[in-house]
Amino acid sequence: MVKRRVMFTFPPELIKEPIIYNLGQQFKVVTNIRRADVNGDRGWVVLELEGESKDIENGIAWVMSRGVRVDPVVGDIVEG
Amino acid sequence: MSYATALRCRKCGREYPLEPLNLCDFCFSPLEISYDYKRMAKAVSQEKISGGPPNMWRYKDLLPVDGDVVDIGTGFTPLVKADNLGRELVLDHLYIKNDCLNPTYSFKDRVVSVAITKAREFGFDIVACASTGNLAASVAAHAAKANMKSYVFIPSDVERGKLVGIAIYNPVLVMVEGSYDDVNRLCSQLAQRYNWGFININLRPYYAEGSKTLGYEVAEQLGWCAPDCVVAPAGSGLLFTRIWKSLDELSMLGLIGPVNTHMYLTQAAGCSPIVNAFQSGALHVHPVKPNTIAKSIAIGNPADGYYALRVARQCGGGACAITDEELVEGMKLLAETEGIFAEAAGGVVIAGLKKLVASGVIKRNELTVAFITGAGLKTQEAVAEVVHPFVIKPTLESFEEVAGNQA
Repeated sequence: MVKRRVMFTFPPELIKEPIIYNLGQQFKVVTNIRRADVNGDRGWVVLELEGESKDIENGIAWVMSRGVRVDPVVGDIVEG
Repeated sequence: MSYATALRCRKCGREYPLEPLNLCDFCFSPLEISYDYKRMAKAVSQEKISGGPPNMWRYKDLLPVDGDVVDIGTGFTPLVKADNLGRELVLDHLYIKNDCLNPTYSFKDRVVSVAITKAREFGFDIVACASTGNLAASVAAHAAKANMKSYVFIPSDVERGKLVGIAIYNPVLVMVEGSYDDVNRLCSQLAQRYNWGFININLRPYYAEGSKTLGYEVAEQLGWCAPDCVVAPAGSGLLFTRIWKSLDELSMLGLIGPVNTHMYLTQAAGCSPIVNAFQSGALHVHPVKPNTIAKSIAIGNPADGYYALRVARQCGGGACAITDEELVEGMKLLAETEGIFAEAAGGVVIAGLKKLVASGVIKRNELTVAFITGAGLKTQEAVAEVVHPFVIKPTLESFEEVAGNQA
């Protein structure tokens, strides 16, 4: 089992969709929300994912395919 | 021993010991260094600092390091009175902080010098970073000086010209196939898996403190006072927040008077998440996909964006975005008036300054400092079109034929 800290940023059209619930259900990933800000037109969630490495990878790929931006929780690591 | 006492969460205030750690375990917010300012105030004075070495380590008492430092001669770069540029922009008291003149030609030497000093204190044998240029060169150079092994991860689309300035220091240079976001994700995983000193991840709280020396120097070079206005570039937003913190600290320590500085941050319009948030009145910075030639500040999801936004608002400052065309004009203007060849991010600062003055935000009589954080030789392609020489035969006649009127 591994843990991964990530930030999801949701576009307006996905605000109403239970993406995080489905991530947990479909990929056997435990989701643990630490910080979030969601309003009518956009939202972000900082959370920890725990599970098998492959399940987390597949889960993140699925979340991205739905149109959610996934970033490391520390922000961009690549600097100038 | 330093006056640093703990790592403190910037959101929830929880404290942690001074270790290689960058995130609060509870809310995943960034940690920063806490100091015992009471004790520090007794140890520092203008005279003591002024009598220190002519580099950034004259401010060692204000930094979180304990023993010998890893120094390649960074800091105390010139603060130039920019009369020619001031005349052009109609500013009576304009200064340029020329941080191109650091050993690897950018301000990153300040942050890396502190981070690698701490890496050595913590007992790391290996340091690492992910970068498109300036940070990579600085990490590789400091690791060489400290006899440490370094891993430098770069996206595969980095301009070849930048690679030499990194590879010459002989780091393990790893080019990652994939997008910028792919490199971000990989490095996040590497930092969890390997016990390395990752310069801008687990060493970030220490790394950040190195930026403060830019602000300390400016205040000292101005005769121990804070400027009225600061114009600085923002990538991750860290430098911007630390210039503010440095002035605030000097005032708290009684080394300068009260600080009424207005801080203005500038970004390239092709990657301006902090400016967008400032202008829209948003509380948070929403990530964007970078698309600009100012690559050294093209950070779509800035780690310190929220805090930079807060500084700009708190001090009555502002934020402005600059197109690629405007930044090229800014680079040329600085070179033609002050003889300083800045990288593209410097063009953003000068073009931003021009806009802020033209719109009346910065007033003619305000003492203004513009921060130039990297040298133009690194981004020559941005202004390659300036090269159009007269071509002549090796005779006097030929020369006078094409340039006679100008000679």
